[in-house]
Amino acid sequence: MNAIVDTATAPTSTAEIIAHCQAMFDDLDFTAARAWKNAVPGRKVVGFLPVYAPLELIHAAGCLPLGLFGGGDRMEVIHGDAYYQSYICRIPRSTVELGVTGRLDFVDGMIFPFVCDVIRNLSGMWKIMFPNVWSKFFDTPQNFDPEIGGRYYAAELQELREGLQTLTGRTISDDDIRRSIALYNDNRRLVRAVYDFRARTPWKAPTSEVYLLMRAGLMMDVEEHNRLLAAYLAAADAEDRPKRDNVRIAVYGSFCEQPPLNLIKSVEMAGCYVVEDDYALVNRFLTQDVPTDGDPIEALANAYLKHSVETSCKYVPREEDKGKFHIEQVKKARAEGVIYATPSFCDPALLDRPMICRRLTEAGIPHIAFKYAENSGQMQPIREQAGTFADSIKLWS
Amino acid sequence: MSEVVKEPSMLLQKEMIAKNYDAITSKHHTGRKVSSTFVPGNLNELLLSFGILNNLPEINAIQNGMRKLSGDYILEAEKSGHSEDVCTYVKADIGMMGKGNVAPNGKPFPDPDVLLLSYTGCYTFMKWFELLREEYKCPTLMLHVPYEGDGHSTKNMRDYIVRQLKEVIIPGLEQVSGVKFDIDRLREALRNSAKAEDDLVWVLEQGKRTPSPIDAYFGGVYYIGPIFTAFRGTAEAIAYYQALRQEVQARVDAGQGPVTPDGSNFTDQKYRLVVEGPPNWTSFREFWKMFYDEGAVVVASSYTKVGGMYDLGFRHDPDHPLESLADYCLGCYTNRNLPTRVDILTKYVEDYQADGLLINSIKSCNSFSAGQLMIMKEVERRTGKPGAFIETDLVDPRYFSAANVKNRLESYFQMIEQKRRGAARAA
Ligand code: SF4
Ligand code: SF4
Repeated sequence: MNAIVDTATAPTSTAEIIAHCQAMFDDLDFTAARAWKNAVPGRKVVGFLPVYAPLELIHAAGCLPLGLFGGGDRMEVIHGDAYYQSYICRIPRSTVELGVTGRLDFVDGMIFPFVCDVIRNLSGMWKIMFPNVWSKFFDTPQNFDPEIGGRYYAAELQELREGLQTLTGRTISDDDIRRSIALYNDNRRLVRAVYDFRARTPWKAPTSEVYLLMRAGLMMDVEEHNRLLAAYLAAADAEDRPKRDNVRIAVYGSFCEQPPLNLIKSVEMAGCYVVEDDYALVNRFLTQDVPTDGDPIEALANAYLKHSVETSCKYVPREEDKGKFHIEQVKKARAEGVIYATPSFCDPALLDRPMICRRLTEAGIPHIAFKYAENSGQMQPIREQAGTFADSIKLWS
Repeated sequence: MSEVVKEPSMLLQKEMIAKNYDAITSKHHTGRKVSSTFVPGNLNELLLSFGILNNLPEINAIQNGMRKLSGDYILEAEKSGHSEDVCTYVKADIGMMGKGNVAPNGKPFPDPDVLLLSYTGCYTFMKWFELLREEYKCPTLMLHVPYEGDGHSTKNMRDYIVRQLKEVIIPGLEQVSGVKFDIDRLREALRNSAKAEDDLVWVLEQGKRTPSPIDAYFGGVYYIGPIFTAFRGTAEAIAYYQALRQEVQARVDAGQGPVTPDGSNFTDQKYRLVVEGPPNWTSFREFWKMFYDEGAVVVASSYTKVGGMYDLGFRHDPDHPLESLADYCLGCYTNRNLPTRVDILTKYVEDYQADGLLINSIKSCNSFSAGQLMIMKEVERRTGKPGAFIETDLVDPRYFSAANVKNRLESYFQMIEQKRRGAARAA
């Protein structure tokens, strides 16, 4: 499966686009990324884990940034369990499984961005397990003052840039980064357009589709994804899909280990239109365009400091701001309730949950919470919970 | 069980801790300010230089674990919406607030004046203090310490910490305390720290002797008490470590092992272990007994390094005060990446001539635990000594299965015996 949807020429239906994305999503051998690498000698692929990595730098280095979000429910974990004891979320073990089964043998570098202690330790395991793969733990600042956290972060970005230069053997110029920033600005704008479209007309852009569109986008070249996003928007708008009497909800807590696709579908089938979520945040992490003039490293650093989402891997410096972001997003998307859905054993999501939920309560936003694992098979209880929640919103709101 | 037999240094430490709790709970009379802060990477010398008292939620959780109170506190926190999956220190602390917030001296804890979030080596710290901040509505100062992901610190990391100290932490503490920063007071405290640190290292290194005059895990948690908490930088800490050193020296001279809780000298040591991970606190004595009943002494441990790796040479340095605080924070054990932890443990097994590495994996502590199975396999591979893995929890009594732990330990000791017989045959 290495054919790239030629959205420039082929008028595509949402069904075709989504089938293509689904195929990429299902393919744990990453055939498309392998094909991209093999198409031109010397090309390199750099994997990255959730939640945020500066893809612009990887792209500017001429590499393909490959989003790795565990093994989902399509992979049996056999080796991974020998590395992690039972009380740990599933994404690190299925990522290890992807590694030891050779599915990532074409990946030349790995970036482990800061999320939590599990990914932190995973970065070291990778160094031991795959000593020949360039790998980097990428720490983002928790101090958001440009003179303090900003200076630190700019130097970290510079170090990452140097690492990528060593990996590829080519210099990354400021202009290379600026060009990549421009492409990713386009990407973010299109991504936002899709999410806005979904929030306006969720019956035309089901979340299960949007999710696949975004997940596949994190495994392909950004320009290709930009074409795909535009094509999807046009096709979804043109299609006539029935509007149901669903409630509008936001899903939070799912920024790292992803729920199985069936769970995402189950929530919809239970009578919920998901109009806002934090699944695979990467391409929405920065909320505004990154300037393409001036020093590109500083531009990336400032964008992170000033214009990034609130999520559990970031510190919130002021008490009064905690959860504000979520409430504003809920209001903007006109969601009527929140489902806080977290991977089991996920410290960031679970430690944040009481604080975010308290703020939701204060704001009068109904919410429920449940846990999942990327290989959860039992959808019935989740469908029932989400269904009851939807019914209660319909009845009481 | 009968009353625990305490060594003189333990009694001294008990007094020190009681005095600190009294100082904290009487802050309304004395007018002193109180900070809450964490053990790894704490800035005790800096707090001392502002006359601020130091209260440590982890230590409170441990105290409550040992006094069998944490189980109820954890349930209380879970009832109020905290997940069963997260660090039980956090829940023991939050549950304690829900149940009156009473200090070990029976008096209510006053609200802290400042939460000093020294964010070293553990993600949970960040959310824990966000949770406390919500409760206390007091200033929270965040010192972000980057993780040594590539196995070493960099100039950028160090500069970042120093800049935060200068521009966030020190002005913040000046404001809270009303005291102007005096670098000479800080230097004085750092000088005191280094002295105590020398003696601590001497004590820990006695584990290299046979028989070992110390237990570097069950005894070790007492040895590190003052230096990892509110006393580093004080004259009291210097005196404590001098006393401890004399006590250990006396055992060395007599060829004795450490004192067990029931008062015997544990000299008949059959197995020498390196232990990775924190201990279980709710069944601490029972856990300890399982070791000395079988003749196993712990000669080195990683838990005694969570608040600083002095044995690798680091000392607080009065000539470079802020840089030295930065280096201290960066170098705490769990702020080091996995390959470095493997190197350290391998070195311990070799230098302390241990029979192997035992991992006590803590259910709710990802900072220590994520990836420990791999650590075990690597250390086994590199030393040729067998490793073993047990699972318990810190302060949640629901997760301590005595029978399971005992079984695992017994088979581990058999494994060591077999290995020895094999080696003897080969020789
Ligand atoms: S799912 Fe949660 S606990 Fe697991 S790696 Fe991701 S952020 Fe960390
Ligand atoms: S997760 Fe571990 S290191 Fe962090 S606070 Fe809890 S016990 Fe301490």
